[in-house]
Amino acid sequence: MNKADSSRVPLYAFVIFCFSMCAVQADAHLNTTGMGPLYDGLLHFLLSPDDFIPVLALALLAGLRGAAHGRRALFVMPAGWLGGGLAGLSVSTTPPHPFVAAGWFLLLGILLAADTKLSLRLTTGIAVLLGLYHGYLNGVGLGTSTSSAVVLLGLVFGIFVMTALASAFVVRLRAEWARIAVRVAGSWIAASGLLMLGWAIRSR
Amino acid sequence: MISRGRSAAPNPLRRGWARSVSMLLPILLWAPAAFAHPLKGEATGFITGFRHPISGPDHVLAMVAVGLWGAQLGAPAIWLLPVAFPLVMAFGGMLGLMGVPIPGIEYGIAASAILLGAAVMLEVRPPLAIAALLVGFFAIFHGHAHGAELPPGQSAMLYSIGFVIATGCLHAVGIGIGTVHRWSWGQKFLRAAGAMVALGGVFFMYKAVA
Repeated sequence: MNKADSSRVPLYAFVIFCFSMCAVQADAHLNTTGMGPLYDGLLHFLLSPDDFIPVLALALLAGLRGAAHGRRALFVMPAGWLGGGLAGLSVSTTPPHPFVAAGWFLLLGILLAADTKLSLRLTTGIAVLLGLYHGYLNGVGLGTSTSSAVVLLGLVFGIFVMTALASAFVVRLRAEWARIAVRVAGSWIAASGLLMLGWAIRSR
Repeated sequence: MISRGRSAAPNPLRRGWARSVSMLLPILLWAPAAFAHPLKGEATGFITGFRHPISGPDHVLAMVAVGLWGAQLGAPAIWLLPVAFPLVMAFGGMLGLMGVPIPGIEYGIAASAILLGAAVMLEVRPPLAIAALLVGFFAIFHGHAHGAELPPGQSAMLYSIGFVIATGCLHAVGIGIGTVHRWSWGQKFLRAAGAMVALGGVFFMYKAVA
């Protein structure tokens, strides 16, 4: 440290001291704020298989169809989710739809397992519908609290990241066995959907 | 360790090890239930669903045999059979959950082990559609048995996901074992494994009839 720098040390110390004295509460700790509404939304998506698995299935399906489908799903699905969520925020309750949840698993799982040659328009339509429907349910669940819009934003952010990662991963796959492994995952999702349908019929 | 030609003086390390084992053994034998698991008889989530297919040796034998047969047949059967089985099994499970009766479930399950084991033992190579139909036919019985046995639960989705993943993993185990088919000794080993599966099926058939 040369002489000029050392002469500024008291000034720096004074500025740091002032900032330290004026510091407000950070609100960065879990015990006072939870994860924060944005991260609560993000985690809600990651920890909710009824939301997570259909998104994953659609992202994998779009990835199998190529980069254009992946890019389309990447932007359309979160946008639909946000739109559906905002619409759902004004609704207080909605009856549970176990048949529709099972239907999404079944539809997306079968499309993925069969490696269906979807057109870009159809991929877009499915992504929008999935986003609108699940976003609406999320919006209804969030209610009308002040932070629900931020939670929804966290959800949408999570969906964007998940879709980007899963689609990009599959688009890069060239080995035949790797693409087949993705289709096997689709058959598992469809099989889960069938069982969920059975549960729904049984508990009706 | 005491070596030959030396005096039989007790080795302190060995004595300590024996003491530890003698203390651990009673603790392990007397260990009570942990009560840290999902309530018995309730489909509470992923783990209970995952454990269900692997808890029945008749199911395990047949599902591993599907993987073994797929590996023997090679592509595309190696992936088509494990894709077909969970889907059709889930359909059978759905019928079981809905209460649709299918007669002779236990016979069908035992017959699946016998026939799939025999197919692996004899290295039968039917056309792909026939193989898929055979596997799918037996998957109905397995799925129905599971569906009819499923306890009432709170998380049908997680239970179903665990259930299907366990089934898929059993197929993967079969396929993994089946990769030895590339070697001549491996082919003999697979045939022997098929014979064991078929024998297991005969045992389960005996139990079902008796």
